[in-house]
Amino acid sequence: MELLRFFTAGNVDDGKSTLIGRLLYDSKSISTDIIETLTRQSKSTGVDTEIDLALLTDGLRAEREQGITIDVAYKYFTTEKRKFIIADTPGHAQYTRNMFTGASNADLAIILIDARNGITDQTKRHSIISAILGIPHILICVNKMDLVEYKKSVFEEIKSDYLKFSKKIGLEKISFIPVSALAGDNVVKSSENLAWFKGESLFEFLENVPVAEENDQKEARFQVQYVIRPQTDELHDYRGYAGSVLSGSLRKGDRVQILPLDVSTTIEKIEKFQIELEEAMEGDPIVIHLSEDFDVSRGSTIVKLNELPNSDNFIEATICWMDNKAYQSGQKLLFQQNSFRSKAVIKELEAKIDIHSFDEVPSDGTMNLNDFCKVNIKTAESVSYDSYWRNRKTGAFILINENTNNTVAAGVIH
Amino acid sequence: MKDYLDQLEAEAIYILREVAGQFDRPALLFSGGKDSICLVHLALKAFRPGKFPFPLVHVDTGHNFEEALTFRDNLAEKLGERLIVRKVEDTIKAKNLQDGKGKFPSRNGLQTYTLLDVIEEFEFDACIGGARRDEEKARAKERIFSVRDEFGQWDPKKQRPELWNIYNGKIDKGENVRVFPISNWTELDVWNYIKREQIELPSIYFTHERECILTEHGQLMNVNEFVQLDADDVIVKRNVRYRTVGDMTCTAAVESEAYTVDDIIMEIKETKISERGATRMDDRVSEAAMEDRKKGGYF
Repeated sequence: MELLRFFTAGNVDDGKSTLIGRLLYDSKSISTDIIETLTRQSKSTGVDTEIDLALLTDGLRAEREQGITIDVAYKYFTTEKRKFIIADTPGHAQYTRNMFTGASNADLAIILIDARNGITDQTKRHSIISAILGIPHILICVNKMDLVEYKKSVFEEIKSDYLKFSKKIGLEKISFIPVSALAGDNVVKSSENLAWFKGESLFEFLENVPVAEENDQKEARFQVQYVIRPQTDELHDYRGYAGSVLSGSLRKGDRVQILPLDVSTTIEKIEKFQIELEEAMEGDPIVIHLSEDFDVSRGSTIVKLNELPNSDNFIEATICWMDNKAYQSGQKLLFQQNSFRSKAVIKELEAKIDIHSFDEVPSDGTMNLNDFCKVNIKTAESVSYDSYWRNRKTGAFILINENTNNTVAAGVIH
Repeated sequence: MKDYLDQLEAEAIYILREVAGQFDRPALLFSGGKDSICLVHLALKAFRPGKFPFPLVHVDTGHNFEEALTFRDNLAEKLGERLIVRKVEDTIKAKNLQDGKGKFPSRNGLQTYTLLDVIEEFEFDACIGGARRDEEKARAKERIFSVRDEFGQWDPKKQRPELWNIYNGKIDKGENVRVFPISNWTELDVWNYIKREQIELPSIYFTHERECILTEHGQLMNVNEFVQLDADDVIVKRNVRYRTVGDMTCTAAVESEAYTVDDIIMEIKETKISERGATRMDDRVSEAAMEDRKKGGYF
């Protein structure tokens, strides 16, 4: 069975939580005791449906009180074909960082559009964030079709508007489905009301959309998380580098380069759960043994000799500022890419990205919560990386404030 | 394409290794329940042939099932890993706390004191736990690396953004991080994994005959020395099993004929009631019961 991670973006007003509630409810992923609780709560919120499905996902007291999603909630459901992990993300501009968080490792974005309103600023913002994050597939759900009399023309107009916009921001794989989350039209089964729509229902789409990023074809990338050294009598010389294959594959006998040390050696042995492997594939949690002893430690990157990544102390990136406090020039930061950490500073704020138009405006030197900026970063140690849009595993990083320890920014390397 | 269980397993192992790489004094909170037994299994895969880079820590409420305690001790011994046990009973005496009262006297709130004490005693900077996001809606909101302040408190408004598979475990002295490697697993995933990996479990997860009080909500509560029996209690003998292994005073049994892991998987697929809904009395208090307990330092 496959695993698909997707996120949903939109406001409660667009029916996002209702849509998720509908997916869970109709796939029978909600238990009767939870439905009972919801029925009780729905009565107290006064929403005019049998069950207010939004209450399923808004798990914090503040969210229920304000009727909005503030932070990401994760929900799960399983069908015969797939297990799904939903990151239910907030739609409001002020919670953009939380949306960025939930969307970061998704295979698919579901962006809701209210059929009555068409494309809004919010639609554009969510699409642009999806583009920056390189989400492999975008699904536009035109919701509330019941409120526009299920008219094909409304759906077609939104579709053509969106395609015009998406071309500009460089989104490629986009699908469109008309639904009514509240009434359940075209969510699980195709609907009589939308008989003119010949495509899959949302459920069918989710079960069939390709997940694989085909990273196996990519360059081999491995980073050391932890060094296993039992130091017992019988395992006196055992020194294994534990980590996951981030992309591509590695074989026993491969000639490899260790970065940032910049020395080469050979893979002597690969183990997975103490069993020797000839070849380890992307995602495999393994232990690597090298034929020579170098000072390899946490954060070291291992790659094949003929597939070197970029290695540099200067990095050009697009970052989202996530701290409540504005960026201060010269602020001391830590750069973290998977398990690699280095001290860093932002050398230059190049431009601010207008998150509703994707236009770049020259930076005025400020960076506030939820701002997207193009920046130049200098790191103390050399970073081994690939462009994010080529390899999501080695092109992503976060910035940590050395003083508060907070994650203050997340970025993708150009 | 990898199977989803392989992906969940790889994610959990990645997280465990991040804990080992980022912290000086981590601990794995071990209760003898199925979720923490899975964590131990995952730790074996992450760190063998090395030792675990953390001890197993159990906060014993004194209301635990004997079967779970025996299982806990045997497992730690078999693996040759260090087990630290701290008792809520001792905290109650030392701090002169009020023990749980009523018919089903719960020590659920009290165990937070013991947990915070043991964290302080050993200066743990990270505690790995088996909580899952599908269990409860406040848990669905919590990060995998959940930073707690000196008082162990969770502040949902101050959660660090957590992106991709990059975990920021940087903290100041005195603070600690709660880490949940199986956040993305559901109850059914856990059972499918137990089946695939042939993981051993305490016997109370499987059907057995037991004397129970049938409560007014229709729950089956084990008759034991901690529960106050009243004259009008309805005592029944049923074939039951436990879906979660918590305290005897607040965990209900479910009627079951499940003798094997396969039987249990069939049963869970067909049941209409959630894991905590079926079994936990402590969540029934209010809509935000879990959120409030977490803010107070609970897991």
